[in-house]
Amino acid sequence: MKNLSFFAVGLLFGVIMTKSEAISWFRIHEMFRFESFHMYGIIGVAVVIGAIGINLMKRLNITTWEGTAVDLKTLPLNYQRHLIAGSIFGLGWALIGACPGPMFILFAQGYWIIGLTILGALLGTYTYGAIRNKLPH
Amino acid sequence: MAIVTWISQPWHWAVSGAGIAIVLFLLTWMGRMFGMSSTYTVLCSLAGAGKNVDYFRLDWKNETWRLYLVAGAMCGGAFAFYFLSSPNAVAISQSTIDHLATWGIAYPTSDEHGKGFIPTTVFNFTSIKGIVLALVGGFLIGFGSRYGEGCTSGHAISGLSHLRLPSLITVIGFFIGGLLMTHLIMPLIFG
Repeated sequence: MKNLSFFAVGLLFGVIMTKSEAISWFRIHEMFRFESFHMYGIIGVAVVIGAIGINLMKRLNITTWEGTAVDLKTLPLNYQRHLIAGSIFGLGWALIGACPGPMFILFAQGYWIIGLTILGALLGTYTYGAIRNKLPH
Repeated sequence: MAIVTWISQPWHWAVSGAGIAIVLFLLTWMGRMFGMSSTYTVLCSLAGAGKNVDYFRLDWKNETWRLYLVAGAMCGGAFAFYFLSSPNAVAISQSTIDHLATWGIAYPTSDEHGKGFIPTTVFNFTSIKGIVLALVGGFLIGFGSRYGEGCTSGHAISGLSHLRLPSLITVIGFFIGGLLMTHLIMPLIFG
C-alpha cells in the first residue's frame, strides 16, 4: 500500500515535469543563456513555497506518516567539494538538458537515446562508488 | 472533454513550481527526501555492484520506494506525453531559436516528436557524436550527483527548502558547470 503511494506521487511528478516543460533540453539551454524566465520561475516558486511549507511543518510539529520529525540529513560543509561536484553535474546537465528524474521520464516517452544517458549516469555513479575513498570530501 | 483540453495547455511556471512543491510536501510527509539521483545508486546495487564496491551494499528495505517513485514518474510522463500533450511545441524564446539555428539546430523540427523536448537530430543512434555526447553527459550527471550527494531535486528543491548552505553552494556549482558548458564548451562542439 505504501509502495503504491510512492507510485502515485511518481505519477504526479511525471505529469508535472512534462507539463512544466522542465524536461525540455531547449528550456535548459534557454535558461543557461538567460533568455527566458520560465525555468527560474519554476525553481523559484517551488523553493519559496517549499521553504514556507517545510518551515510550517517544523514549527507546527507536523510529523511524517511514521510519526518521525520532519528533517533532512545534514552534509558537512565543504565549499571545495560542493563546488566541484556541483560543477561536474552542471556540465552534464547543460549538455544533456535533463537531470536525473527527467532522464527516466524522457526515456519512457520514447526518446530512446536517453537510455544511453541513463547508462552513462549508472557508470558515473559506479565510478564514484569505486573511487570515492580517493576523493576529497 | 473540456478539462483535458484545459490541462493540456502549456502550464504557467508558477503552477508548475507549486506542483513541484506539492510533490516535495507529499514525500516529506511520507518520511522520505525528495531526491531522484539516488535511484541510480539503487539501480547499480540491483545490477550487483555491491559485490565489488561496499558503497552499493544497501539496506534494501529502505530503498525500494525509489523504484516505485521512478516507475510512477515514467508512467505519468508517458501519460502526459500521449494524452495531455500541448498542441504546439515548447514556446522557447525567439533569441534561443535564432541562436540554435546558427548551430544548425532547427526548432522545433530538430525534435523527431515535434514537442521541443530533445534535439534528436543531435542526439541519436546514427551519429557517433550523439552517442558519445549522450554517454559522457550521463556520466558527468551520475558522477557529479553522487560526489555532491544530490541533484536538482535533492539540492535545488529539498536542500534549499530546508535552507541548507551546502545545498546552496552545490546549486551555485550547478550553474558554474552549466554556464561553462553552454557558453564555452558547447560552441566548440556544435558551433
